[in-house]
This record gives sequence, structure tokens and C-alpha cells, in this order.
Amino acid sequence: MLKVDQLNLYYGAIHALHDISFHVNEGEIVTLIGANGAGKTSILYALSGLIPCKSGEIAFDGQDIRKVPAHQLVTLGLVQVPEGRRVFSRMTVMENLEMGAFTRKDRQEVDRDFYMVFDHFPRLKERRRQAAGTLSGGEQQMLAMGRALMARPKLMMMDEPSMGLSPILVQEIFAIIRGINADGTTVLLVEQNANMALSIAHRAYVLETGDIVKDGPASALLQDEDVKKAYLGT
Amino acid sequence: MTLFLNQLINGLHVGSIYALIALGYTMVYGIVRLINFAHGDILMVGAYTAVVLTTMLGLPFPVVVVLVILVCVLFGVLIERIAYKPLRSSPRISSLITAIGVSMLLQNLALLIFTPTPKPYPFSLNIPPLSIGGLQIGFTTVLTIVVSAALMILLQVLVAKSRAGKSMRAVSEDYDAAQLMGINVNTTITFTFAIGCALAGIGSVLYGLAYPTVSPTLGSLPGLKAFIAAVLGGIGIIPGAMLGGLIMGLAESLTKAYISSRLSDAVVYGILIVVLLFKPSGLLGRRTREKV
Repeated sequence: MLKVDQLNLYYGAIHALHDISFHVNEGEIVTLIGANGAGKTSILYALSGLIPCKSGEIAFDGQDIRKVPAHQLVTLGLVQVPEGRRVFSRMTVMENLEMGAFTRKDRQEVDRDFYMVFDHFPRLKERRRQAAGTLSGGEQQMLAMGRALMARPKLMMMDEPSMGLSPILVQEIFAIIRGINADGTTVLLVEQNANMALSIAHRAYVLETGDIVKDGPASALLQDEDVKKAYLGT
Repeated sequence: MTLFLNQLINGLHVGSIYALIALGYTMVYGIVRLINFAHGDILMVGAYTAVVLTTMLGLPFPVVVVLVILVCVLFGVLIERIAYKPLRSSPRISSLITAIGVSMLLQNLALLIFTPTPKPYPFSLNIPPLSIGGLQIGFTTVLTIVVSAALMILLQVLVAKSRAGKSMRAVSEDYDAAQLMGINVNTTITFTFAIGCALAGIGSVLYGLAYPTVSPTLGSLPGLKAFIAAVLGGIGIIPGAMLGGLIMGLAESLTKAYISSRLSDAVVYGILIVVLLFKPSGLLGRRTREKV
């Protein structure tokens, strides 16, 4: 579904991503794990067209998307839940969800999808008239995910959904990610919480300062001695 | 009492015009964080457009109004595309200086084309004043207040309910997140400039009807006052611009009537200073504190 080949990205003179190659198959949960500053967010920003990459290829559903402007990628089904949630804090929960469906023309289906989102996140339903800025961190994460679901993504890219959340909430969020995947959405998950990410992912890539240093089935990486030492704290 | 009511109505008259112009400043600031100092000069562009269209083409008033609005929108959109868009990721001071430059460019172009000699505004509405309970209110005054009020309500509804309005609010909060929703940031910014300049176009007609002299610096003073109105109400906040404009107009006309016409500007600026001392974000400004 997504194929990234030899991607290079620079911030000024800093070479942030070196020849990154990876792929995501339809129906999978794939995770990119790595420490802070490894380049995980840069990859997602490049995929979403928010920062230009120097060289390399990005193919989504067989189409080259490197030249597609950011705002058109949503229509293709490539949707991102950004790091730090980035909900529109002065807009209501309902308006945030509407923004998620901004590119869609099928009004009736959109109306039905509000219920789908409220099924996944009952707490958002209670708070649907509240300004998003007044929600708790966990609720904002749920809103950011619900907002992305409103676009009916084929591939949902999530950047650090566990950031700043209590362990119980993290469990809850990851259970929901699994549920979203079971409903047919492919997931690309970027996480520092490698333990959680590997426990729900099918495959994983390990990123270190702009390079992919390891990849394989998530279950295998959970047992890998280097990964254990560096990322799992065991 | 009659004097007071008359001054109140006069204040609402000027205040409505300030408010219409202030909306352009505040909407643009809200979305690109730029004080568009050329915004006042759009008023001048509108006034000269009216002069040219009537003296050279002899078009009737309603047609001229529509064309004035279109020309103002066109200027605003072109200014954004040519002068501001290339600087969007530069430091803010660069676009601020550019805005001052655009303002001077427009004024000097007008000086070159139309000479410094003022020209009369080509229209006046010869409709007898309305008397309401012993008060004589000029038709232009009534028209200005009614039109402005209607436009402000319309704008509020547009921003709150329409798809374009919601995308404006989303972009004003977070460019990147808005793009991730599939919102075209460039289109949204263009749309914002267009609305602001359409309001300035209408403002220029109302201003011309009230002060029927057209000169190259026509936009400077109302532009400055509208900018102050926007800051007074809380820059970036639409109802703030409306409130700020009305307060400025009222303060100005009441000072002229009861204190001294020479002090009116001093009082107006004084109000601004006092408000900013106690509430630096403006009357309706919010101190955003968001949960992380």
C-alpha cells in the first residue's frame, strides 16, 4: 500500500533521514520505533507532504505522491494523526470532527461516520459541544484519532499516540488502534513506547539517527537482544 | 438630550465604518499574523475606482458599488499573492515592513496617476433625513449603520457556520493540522484577504458618502483608526474589531461634542493606552491557556 524508497531529507545542512526504505502492506499495523530525534516524525511529515524531501520515492497505492500537495493527500486516503494531537482547540469537538471530513462530499455517509467515531470514543460524544482545548490529554488524543477517522483513511499514520498519557489510557488508546485496524484500516504507527507498539504491530522498523537499523516481525523484535536493551528497558 | 442622542448616532455612523475596516485588519492578522498596513489604502483604491468609473464611464451608483467591491478584492488578493505570500515563512518583521512598503506604493501610485489635488466623491444620496421621535437622522447615517450591522451579522454567521468559515478558523489555529485535514491553506488565506477587502470596498463607499473628498492619502487616517480599533477590541478576534470600531466612533464624536474637537484623537488614543495597560490582549482578547 505504501512504499518508501531511498528517502533523503535535510533540514538546512542537517541530513535528517538517510536513504530510508520501508513499506506497509494493506491491513497491517507497522510501527517505526526509535529514540527521540531518530527521525520518526520527519518521516511522517515527509509522507504527508508537509516537508519536502531531497530525493527518494514515495508510492501510495501505486501512485507517486512526492509531488502531490499536502492537502490533496487526504483525498487519496493517506491521513495523519500528528504528534501532540494538534486538535483545533478553539473549535468544538463536533467541529473538529467535521474538519476531519473536510474533503468528503458524501454528506449522509459523513453523518453516519460521526456515530462510528462516537462508537470508538464514547467520551467524545458526551463532550461534543465543548471546545477541544478544554479536553484532557487523553480525550484530545481520542479526538485527534476520531478526526482522522472521519476522513475514512486507507492508511492512518499515528505519531506518538501514547505521548503524555497515563499507562491506563495508553492501554485504552492502543486497544482502540487495534480495533481500528481490525475494522480494515491500515496503520503506520510511530512510537517511543516500543513495548506497546511492538505488542500490537505486525511488523516493525527500528530507526536510529536517520537510519533504519533493523526490521522484522514485531514479535521477533520483542525478543531481539539489542532492541530489548535499547528500547524495552529489560 | 437631543444633542447627546445626535452625537451617539454620529458616533455609531463613524464607528460602523471603522468597524468594517477593522474587520479586514483583524481577519488577516488572525490567519497570517500580519498587520496589513496597506489595508487602509484599499479604501483609497475603492474611492478612486468610484471616481474613475463615474467620471469616465458614467456608470450608475449600484453598478459602481459592485465594481468598487470587485476592484478592492482584486487588489487585496494580488497584494497577498505578490507581496506577502513569498514571505510567509520569513520572520514577521519582513512582512510587516513589506506591508508598509505596499501602503506607500499605493499612495504614491495614486499621487502619480491622480495628482495630489483632491477630487470630489462622485455620489451623494439626496434623500431627505428621517425624523424619529424629534431626531433628524441623515439617510447616509441610517444606511451606514444598517449596512454595517447586517454585514457584521453575516460575517459572524459565515465564520461560525460555513465550510469556508470553519476552514478559516482551522487555518488560523494551525497551518499544518489544517493541511492534514485536506484544507488548502493558500486558498483559505486568499479567501480571507478577499472578504476583508470586500468589506473595505463597502467601507470606502460609505466613507465617501460621509466625507466626499478623495485624495491619495484618504485611507491613512481611517486605516490607522481602524487598526487601533482592531487592537482595542483584541486583534484577531472578529467581534473585538466590531466593538473596538464602535467604541472609537462613539468616543470620537462625544469628545468632539462635549470636550473639544481638537482633543478627539487624543481621547481615542488615550482609551487605547488605558485598555492596553490593563488588558494587553485587548477588550475581548483571550489569554489562551491550553492543556497539553
